Amino acid sequence: METTKLPPSSPSSPTTSFSVPSAEKVDGFPRRSMRRARQRRSHSSSQFRYQSSQVELTPLPLLKDAPVAELHDLFCKKLQQCCVLFDFLDCVADLKGKEIKRAALNELVESVATSRGVLIEPLYPEAIKMISVNIFRTLPPSENPEFDPEEDEPTLEASWPHLQLVYEFFLRFLESPDFQPSMAKRYVDQKFVLQLLELFDSEDPREREYLKTILHRVYGKLLGLRAYIRKQINNIFLRFIYETEHFNGVAELLEILGSIINGFALPLKSEHKQFLVRVLIPLHTAKSLSIFHAQLAYCVVQFMEKDATVTEYIIRGLLKYWPKTCTQKEVMFLGEIEEILDVIEPSQFMRIQEPLFKQIAACISSPHFQVAERALYFWNNEYILSLIEENCQVILPLVFATLYRVSKEHWNQTIVSLIYNVLKTFMEMNSKLFDDLTASYKVEKQKELKRERERAELWRGLEEYQERRMQMLTEAARNQRNLQERGERGDTLNPSSPQTAHSDQPEPKPSGASSGAGESAT
Amino acid sequence: LRGGEVSKMAGADGDDSLYPIAVLIDELRNEDVQLRLNSIKKLSTIALALGVERTRTELLPFLTDTIYDEDEVLLALAEQLGNFTMLVGGPEYVHCLLPPLESLATVEETVVRDKAVESLRKISQEHSPVDLEVHFEPLVKRLASGDWFTSRTSACGLFSVCYPRVSSTVKAEIRQHFRTLCSDDTPMVRRAAASKLGEFAKVLELEYVKSDIISLFTALASDEQDSVRLLAVEACVSIATLLPQEDLETLVMPTLRQAAEDKSWRVRYMVADKFSELQKAVGPEITKNDLVPAFQNLLKDCEAEVRAAAANKVKEFCENLPEDNREQIIMTHILPCVKELVSDTNQHVKSALASVIMGLSTILGKDNTIEHLLPLFLAQLKDECPEVRLNIISNLDCVNEVIGIRQLSQSLLPAIVELAEDAKWRVRLAIIEYMPLLAGQLGVEFFDEKLNTLCMAWLIDHVYAIREAATCNLMKLVEKFGAEWAQNTIVPKVLGMANDPNYLHRMTTLFCINALSKACGQEITTKQMLPVVLKMSNDQVANVRFNVAKSLQKIGPILDSNALQTEVKPVLEKLASDTDMDVKYFAQEAISGKSFPITEYPPESRQHFYKIFIDVQDQLVNV
Repeated sequence: METTKLPPSSPSSPTTSFSVPSAEKVDGFPRRSMRRARQRRSHSSSQFRYQSSQVELTPLPLLKDAPVAELHDLFCKKLQQCCVLFDFLDCVADLKGKEIKRAALNELVESVATSRGVLIEPLYPEAIKMISVNIFRTLPPSENPEFDPEEDEPTLEASWPHLQLVYEFFLRFLESPDFQPSMAKRYVDQKFVLQLLELFDSEDPREREYLKTILHRVYGKLLGLRAYIRKQINNIFLRFIYETEHFNGVAELLEILGSIINGFALPLKSEHKQFLVRVLIPLHTAKSLSIFHAQLAYCVVQFMEKDATVTEYIIRGLLKYWPKTCTQKEVMFLGEIEEILDVIEPSQFMRIQEPLFKQIAACISSPHFQVAERALYFWNNEYILSLIEENCQVILPLVFATLYRVSKEHWNQTIVSLIYNVLKTFMEMNSKLFDDLTASYKVEKQKELKRERERAELWRGLEEYQERRMQMLTEAARNQRNLQERGERGDTLNPSSPQTAHSDQPEPKPSGASSGAGESAT
Repeated sequence: LRGGEVSKMAGADGDDSLYPIAVLIDELRNEDVQLRLNSIKKLSTIALALGVERTRTELLPFLTDTIYDEDEVLLALAEQLGNFTMLVGGPEYVHCLLPPLESLATVEETVVRDKAVESLRKISQEHSPVDLEVHFEPLVKRLASGDWFTSRTSACGLFSVCYPRVSSTVKAEIRQHFRTLCSDDTPMVRRAAASKLGEFAKVLELEYVKSDIISLFTALASDEQDSVRLLAVEACVSIATLLPQEDLETLVMPTLRQAAEDKSWRVRYMVADKFSELQKAVGPEITKNDLVPAFQNLLKDCEAEVRAAAANKVKEFCENLPEDNREQIIMTHILPCVKELVSDTNQHVKSALASVIMGLSTILGKDNTIEHLLPLFLAQLKDECPEVRLNIISNLDCVNEVIGIRQLSQSLLPAIVELAEDAKWRVRLAIIEYMPLLAGQLGVEFFDEKLNTLCMAWLIDHVYAIREAATCNLMKLVEKFGAEWAQNTIVPKVLGMANDPNYLHRMTTLFCINALSKACGQEITTKQMLPVVLKMSNDQVANVRFNVAKSLQKIGPILDSNALQTEVKPVLEKLASDTDMDVKYFAQEAISGKSFPITEYPPESRQHFYKIFIDVQDQLVNV
């Protein structure tokens, strides 16, 4: 049976090599069987154990039968009843109690959703308390430390039957026409929001979906918390990027940010620009980019559409973090670049075309055909093509040599034919320039080779020089050691001027190498 | 002799002008990142060519200005600058390195920043006390009050290196800065501060440990984020070590108790993980009164991670209990929890326990082991998880010393056999590695009777790594039981495989001979093994033939010259004219008997070289 795995940092027995994933891949079978065992598992948070004595629940009268005068009181009692937590790992434990709580939660949800005038001030602290007690918990360790959201089944939250209703209640509560932000803000405070944000790390996608909608509503209704929420999301992202590389709710948080960015006022505050440059762009470095890339690219494009002047930061940022070895990510980057180019202003395009097309040329010469293909598809985009045409004088020289070389060398026929099309397009755009470049291709190639030779020459010289210096200094050290030894033996040499000593002292056996060193030190 | 003259010395060969700074800087800003990276990695070469003065006045300003680059380049730069003291002219100029390192300590990427901090820490030691106050400490202050979290994070790692060497006014400022960072708004900075808290406490005067550090420690240990709280646990060890015993109860224990019962499993995990250190730091009295119950709770924790971490510490914890009532504490408090863990639902908990549980037998002695521990060992030997069984088997030596292995051998055998046939080859590999040890403990008779067949069966395993390990295992067994034993039991079987229809098995014979010949000695090698090897030179599979050549080369030194001349040489000559090029190659290798000369300097000697260089520069500059 495969159950919880230790966090990677844990100290363990000498047999840890068994859990090395790559080794398991070599072995072939165990990984698959382990994954099958992992599927459909659910776990429960450890909060349950903190409830020392289990309370016996007794069903209360139905809300809909309650006389108006007692409605609020009953509502409050039901909220308190729902603060009792149940052990869901043991699925047969206290079935009666679980059912009573479920029914109560259902009633609360329905009541908040449909009837007006229920939400009066004294209910706010009770409702928030019930929500907090149920949803806030330390998330349990992941069942699978190498959890890959693209391949592995997520571990589901065992107490979901209750948790879902609590989230549903919270959502209805926030969406109720009776909801008064001025009353809620006393209870839905910074500490509450911080805990809410931490829950986004839940492995259960159903929970994250609820959290997303809820946080969005909180952001929309409680204006005083907005800056705080943004700051905390920043912190979560920064921890994700630079510390843990693990957080399950990045995509959901980005989705919320997408709509937040949409609402930013112009001109953009420096806080927001900083967020773009120091958080959103570095998010591209994440190993798990594929999980949230769509949301991330959306946010980036939103920024550009708000304020075209950030374009240069974005493109230069992406170029800085361009993937070196992961072709899958490279294709994603190219996709994002195309999304950006789709909405770029021509004046901005001119500012970044040079570094950008150098990178595109590098992609075209990638031996991975999907990367090359994705880059070459840019020429099928009419808007991009029009930008290229306007700036043909600059761009063609940047990419020409690559296109020319790759058209002759690439192993994949599709790429070769795509390149021919691109070359043809260029020829039609500016045949004069095209011919000039073709003519000078060989010369340029020669020049490049020459530069390379010169560089090699330079480094050879430098290294020889270093070698010589080292030898000289070793020699000097040896002389000095000899000198000291002699000094210890009682020879009279002036100990205060060893630097003259090591060059002037009579060498007993002057070798070829040492004489040179001796001279240069004089 | 001043730096300037050293630089003149550098140019004394007359080729200084060959390397104008512009050319070298061009190399450092080559468009191709890879080339740029290569150049940065050889920055010391460039600096050497420029001489100390131009390195200071031209190269360093350039490096400071062009800090915006790929993180990989920056990382290499940050590392290089830590070793640059001599290249800028020695300790009196070392502060020239601060500006570029300061910028590097503020970049986003953690690895670059950490490396910059590491280099700064290194060169801080080369600063004179005056320079430390004039140049280094202001840098730390600037970093500590930077607007972006990265510089503040970096500052956390620099306080402890300058604190001991500055005046008391500056010390007070440093303490103040550290306090501020411990309550920073950003959790990243608080984490950095918490992780350096212990280190900083160590350099502080005891009065300030009590007045400053304790309050910071308490605050960090009750931070709203568990990632901060868990770092305070680590600091707890250092702090508790620094304080006198009588202060621990009031200053440290409330926080530690709270951490052991933290609502986040990560914090409890950390407590479990650091338990032995904590135990040593707080001493025997507190251990008895506080840590024993805390440890029991951790062993019974609701999260498997925490239980596994605690289970790993069982032996160490018990060993370090005060001797006067160690046995009583173990028997009444720890052992009941251990018993429960043997049948834990989580295999990682069980296997963590299995890796240490045998160690308890030395602590508890023979009678207790037989009565209380043996049933647990036996239960774990039958555990469904192979890792648990393996961990027990791999620690048999502890039990052997106390009660002798015979008590276990009845249960041991089925467990070994089952592991030997496990479907996962890594499990099989692990058990093979324990065979020589087991053989030594169980004795030759038991071995021949029960385990010999297994050892031979591994030779025909379908995984190469197992066959290879099995070969090596045989060698160790022969070393243990002697050549005569080998001749009677394993050599005939090994040689028999030379006629196997599967060429892989025939090759195994050769590999075994390679491994065994030395341990078996000249007699057996010449009389029994050599004829088989020679015969195999006619094998129809080329792989077998070239392995014959390799084997002959290996066993050559063991044979006498007569056998070499009359038997080996003709066969090798025949193989050297084989139709297969690999066979030819290896036969020729064997004939010429050449080993591959090492042309490169081994890395150590290079380092040594560099060290000499630094020493000498040091002397030249300081004169």
